Amino acid sequence: MGAERFTRWSRATDRIMTGLLWLSALILLGVLGWFIFAVLKDGLRGLSWQFISGQPHPVTAGGGIGPPLFNTFYVTVLSLVLSLPVGMGAGIYLALYARPGQLTEWLRLGTQALASVPSIVMGLFGMVVFSQAMGLGFSILSGSLALAILNLPLIVNVTEQSLRDLPAAYRDASLALGATQYQTLVRVLLPAALPALVNGIALAAGRAAGETAILVYTAGVSTSRRLFDFNPLAPGGTLAVYLWGIKANPIVPDWREIANRSAAVLLLVVLAINLLLLGPVRLWHRRFSGRGAR
Amino acid sequence: MPEAATESKISVTDLNAYYGTAHVLKGITVAFPGNAVSAVIGPSGCGKSTFIRTINRMNDTIPGFRVSGRVTIDGTDIYAPGTDVVTLRRRVGMVFQRPNPFPMSIFDNVAYGPRLHGVRKRRELADLVEKSLQAAGLWDEVKDRLGQSALGLSGGQQQRLCIARCLAVDPEVLLMDEPASALDPSATARLEDLIDSLKSSYTIIIVTHNMQQAARISDFTAFFLSGELVEFGPTQRIFTRPADRRTEDYITGRFG
Repeated sequence: MGAERFTRWSRATDRIMTGLLWLSALILLGVLGWFIFAVLKDGLRGLSWQFISGQPHPVTAGGGIGPPLFNTFYVTVLSLVLSLPVGMGAGIYLALYARPGQLTEWLRLGTQALASVPSIVMGLFGMVVFSQAMGLGFSILSGSLALAILNLPLIVNVTEQSLRDLPAAYRDASLALGATQYQTLVRVLLPAALPALVNGIALAAGRAAGETAILVYTAGVSTSRRLFDFNPLAPGGTLAVYLWGIKANPIVPDWREIANRSAAVLLLVVLAINLLLLGPVRLWHRRFSGRGAR
Repeated sequence: MPEAATESKISVTDLNAYYGTAHVLKGITVAFPGNAVSAVIGPSGCGKSTFIRTINRMNDTIPGFRVSGRVTIDGTDIYAPGTDVVTLRRRVGMVFQRPNPFPMSIFDNVAYGPRLHGVRKRRELADLVEKSLQAAGLWDEVKDRLGQSALGLSGGQQQRLCIARCLAVDPEVLLMDEPASALDPSATARLEDLIDSLKSSYTIIIVTHNMQQAARISDFTAFFLSGELVEFGPTQRIFTRPADRRTEDYITGRFG
């Protein structure tokens, strides 16, 4: 092919590919928008305080989602409380302290193995170990423990990655000024890694809020009689499980409306968790980075 | 010897260093006078950076690194068992090849060192920050924007900030690893003026690729080649009447 023709061909290819890439971005946005619209269109109708706080009805219409909603928050927060210390600790170890060697290899292998377990299998494990062997029954605590293990690889990975992505220069500069490893971690590295870290944690939280199969086997499907039941051994049916249950056993006459509204509420809950987590952290990080930082 | 220079501040005796099995520093023996600028020159890979990093034990962080011999500061061996590395690194500051300010405000960067060592009072920190920035020749340029991110400064300014950061912990020695290599000529000139003004209060050891720079700013020069110290002496003499043939070849550009 002559030089002139080749140049024209290259330019055409470039334009076509650019167009295709833009198209894929638009499709992604379109799918996202369509999804959000579809869920909220049917779900926001008839959403009332009474629905959000009310008790579910076993057979009659007019039931609410109060206890399942509360359980969703409870299980999400508790599972994070359980998984963050261990997960972040392991991630920090892998990023900063681990020397190349057998222990490190085993740690990585173990984390990856844990990550590839299907969530329902984890649920069965949770049922056998937490609900039965440890006698916790179908409860908030049992579900939170299972979710914590499920999210552990994600937390480890996101912590390690967010620290590794930082320039090695930060660590050098800090050590050269007479800081210990720990001071360097707490005063420079973790604050600098915070945005990426919190994004990962928000992901884990969103996952915890939406997981269903694993919770059926550990937290159960029933909910407490009281709305704000803080007993960790109380039945832990979450909103996601309730949503599945009402579709699987559509006994109440208004099950379709309840399902639509539950889906909308669940979506909004995940959004709320993101804002509650990311908002204050972003603000703090801006102060840490100084004015005018990008 | 230049008038202000004092007796040996840093004394190295038969220093050998290894990365695993690689023998990177071979039997180095040299004494650096205090309150003077000593340049360390030599071709790439000759061990200059490794050498100065043994003085503040920054090589300790590299797995597989081993050292033998003595390195003393004011007569005390810094590799003696039980040496407090944290205190050592307070006394011996380091400026790196590429400026590496923390992703924080200018104020917090300079205050980082003092805060590490327990200074808490706002007033005290503010004074220290101002003094350090003045000593580094950066105060006038940043005094109205101490709360701004340090990453918004130019390369030359960032490097002077890093120097201010070092000075804030009141060190005795400053190690500089090719501090001007990432800077443009005018920033380099400012940096060299700064180094000249600092030598009356600090002992400075500067690694440089740039022989003209070494000739300009240093009182003493050490020439390294393949992990060995070939020659050390007053800069004037090294550059006009080098004792070793290899030094002469390097300086006249026959290799390197």
